[in-house]
Amino acid sequence: MMGFKQIVATLATCLLALPALAEVKIKQVTSPGGITAWLVEDHSIPFTALELRFRGGTSLDAPGKRGAIYLMSGLLEEGAGDLMAQDYAKALEALAASFSYDTSKDTTSISARFLTENRDAAIALLRDTLHLPRFDQVAVDRVRGQVLSGLRSDAKDPNDIAGRAFSAMAYGDHPYGSDGKGTIDSVTALSRQDIIDAHGAVFTRDQLYVGAVGDIDADQLGALLDTLLGDLPDTGATIPGPATVTIPGGVTVIDFDTPQSVALFGQIGIDRDDPRFFAAYVMNQILGGGSFESRLMTEVREKRGLTYGVYSYLVPRDLAAVYMGSVASANDKMAQAVQVIRDEWRSMATKGVTEQELQDAKTYLTGAYPLRFDGNGPIASIMVGMQVQGLPIDYIATRNDKVNAVTLEDVNRLAAELMDPEGLHFIVVGRPQGLQTSN
Amino acid sequence: MIRRIAWASAVLSASWAAPTIAGEDLVSSFTLGNGMQVVVVEDHRAPVVQHMVWYRAGSADEPKGQSGVAHYLEHLLFKATDTLESGELSSTVAANGGKDNAFTSHDYTAYYQRIASDRLELMMRMESDRMVNIRLTERDITTEREVILEERNQRTDNNPRALFREQSNAVQYHNHRYGVPVIGWRHEMESLDMGDALSFYGTYYAPNNAILVVSGDVDPAEVKSLAEIYYGAIPANPDLPKRLRSKEPPQTAARRLTFKDARVAQPYVQRSYLAPERDSGAQQQAAALYLLAEILGGGTTSYLANALQFDQQIAVYTGAFYSGISLDDTTFSFLVVPSEGVTLQQAEDALDQTYTDFLEDGVDAEQLDRIKLQLRASEIYARDNVDGIANRYGRALTSGLTVADVQAWPGILQAVTAEQIIAIAKQVLRPEVSVTGWLMRDEEIIQ
Repeated sequence: MMGFKQIVATLATCLLALPALAEVKIKQVTSPGGITAWLVEDHSIPFTALELRFRGGTSLDAPGKRGAIYLMSGLLEEGAGDLMAQDYAKALEALAASFSYDTSKDTTSISARFLTENRDAAIALLRDTLHLPRFDQVAVDRVRGQVLSGLRSDAKDPNDIAGRAFSAMAYGDHPYGSDGKGTIDSVTALSRQDIIDAHGAVFTRDQLYVGAVGDIDADQLGALLDTLLGDLPDTGATIPGPATVTIPGGVTVIDFDTPQSVALFGQIGIDRDDPRFFAAYVMNQILGGGSFESRLMTEVREKRGLTYGVYSYLVPRDLAAVYMGSVASANDKMAQAVQVIRDEWRSMATKGVTEQELQDAKTYLTGAYPLRFDGNGPIASIMVGMQVQGLPIDYIATRNDKVNAVTLEDVNRLAAELMDPEGLHFIVVGRPQGLQTSN
Repeated sequence: MIRRIAWASAVLSASWAAPTIAGEDLVSSFTLGNGMQVVVVEDHRAPVVQHMVWYRAGSADEPKGQSGVAHYLEHLLFKATDTLESGELSSTVAANGGKDNAFTSHDYTAYYQRIASDRLELMMRMESDRMVNIRLTERDITTEREVILEERNQRTDNNPRALFREQSNAVQYHNHRYGVPVIGWRHEMESLDMGDALSFYGTYYAPNNAILVVSGDVDPAEVKSLAEIYYGAIPANPDLPKRLRSKEPPQTAARRLTFKDARVAQPYVQRSYLAPERDSGAQQQAAALYLLAEILGGGTTSYLANALQFDQQIAVYTGAFYSGISLDDTTFSFLVVPSEGVTLQQAEDALDQTYTDFLEDGVDAEQLDRIKLQLRASEIYARDNVDGIANRYGRALTSGLTVADVQAWPGILQAVTAEQIIAIAKQVLRPEVSVTGWLMRDEEIIQ
């Protein structure tokens, strides 16, 4: 299917403070064993979505073991307890439950979905997955082969090439500066023991956040949490310190023989707990926040037909904040697209936004937020995100007020302080005519 | 271990003696006086609505030489109408806190908005307006043509897998428009003009060729009265053509292709077979093909994964795919991504041998039971996403199926036997109707 507008789901959704519907009633539950979770009860459909998140993510990789946590998370579905990989998969199928695993720079997550009628059996299997993963050598080698295949593909994907170059430039030797999937060499060298060590580094109670939504009450959830998570170790690996962000203004061209150039651009960003964050969030909505009406979409796509999609997004990670964007444009048009984007960056810094733009952005942002709460799984994920970000349990009720409180002066002062057209760096992968590496 | 599985299955089976489709009790449908069909799927958990209009017109309905015009027109429907400025529909949706989008496929074009449920009337007013009232300028035509060419760059020309798929698909169909990409061939896209777009619009955009699908926090009676006001007022197009497409002749020669590109990092083998689609009132063959794909290549416990990824370890990934919702003949396909050091010839030979073994072994009864059980559970999980159910109806009703067909489908799947699955495999997966393709690195030497 052809989509009219590409949706930038990747970063734009997770970094934003998580808004919500006033009707979403979150309860804090503390299990008898002392594990806390946020719960939304909804008994209309007989299943529960459970979201577990462990802070640290791939940034917890031990020195020289890049890719260990990513590979470990891929191995969780490859057998546990007495069940080797295929028997484990059959057991999961027979429960009609699903467990999925993901790991990012900041968190490792487990998303589970299970029916009410066999909830105990599903939790018993998930407990084995967390506590008794097999990490059989044959499975390690098989999944390693899949990871290496992915890494080889990434090496020839212009978007991945741009992403890796940007991270390396911005974060240097910090874990943020390299791909959490590892390199061909580092992944090839990982041993079974490295995987076991990675497991011990990640799944600990001090880094755990829990959200549950669906057909389960507080007592049932409390008992479930103790069964599932009570025996996890208290602590694991130490989370690294903040990254120093270094982004010199300019352009880097990476030669790649393909008809359409791909660009990632960015500058220093703004932290999620900065008091100016909401002003920045509203400003970004106006500049390139993914809607069709943004300035970047209007100037680069609608007026000039230079691209199918152009976006900007705030990336306030735990250990560093950047402000980024992306665009793809034919090799003979990319130079013009870069110029238009840089001009828009400068215009935002010097002229700010209009009252009408501010009002439109606010109506959109405050009106769109209930649309996110569209199912048990998404709500569980949002609640965990709120906890990881340190937001209060009543945040949902106050989030729109924070958006509405942003004034024209707030946005324009922030724009003047944050927007750095000279410090904006473009990584361009392709054969863009008329663009050269600048320094 | 085995006992636990058996126990779990028994519990589930007992409690779902009569499988029902997700939300069936929440689905209502009716037809307006001008022939526009309406489907409503209720979910009152959140005050949100999804409003969609689906047209029975996709890229396979395009005139010869104008490939991509259906999708091009989809873009142009966001420009001005008699009462809306260019871009005003989207900006109005956004100003009301909603999101809008559209998509085009071989058999349909669909437009939708997700928004607070009390804005449904505004959505209907704007969507019904652009069904018949667009006003395009030459500037729209020129600029938006650049945009779709950049979209083709992004989706296809920058991606060797997409280019390979496009070539392979073109070889699969001798005579049917499914062989032409939805986005269009570049040389034809470059010449699309105002006349092409308006001709397609005038021919196909009419209430008697459209389906309204509304899901979420709505009352069907209210949807009906609003739909009568906004869509019911538009006259039917009496000249709407029948969807008569050129049919495939008998396919009598197995075809092969190799696609080489320096940007390929991971070579693979893909094979597709021309296969029957879900037909109204006759979905049994399609149901058997759906289960065949699940059994052969539906994940870790599938026959191909077991043989090629676990036993022989010659593949990093295997899969089998069948998409039954289609107006005309569709495809059943295999994908094998070889492990490092395994050639494409070895991978293809292993696929052939494994499939031959499967026909001899027959269907594993326990595996079939597990798949059917998961299908029943999926109907429970589907109730958590009524927009997904709504999409199901939209795709089916633009692809020759009826509401009754959609609701019968889960029961038909449950009734399929192991013998029927083997029979359909032997009937459909014949070399004469197949296309085998190798995606290769530039420097690779054909074995």
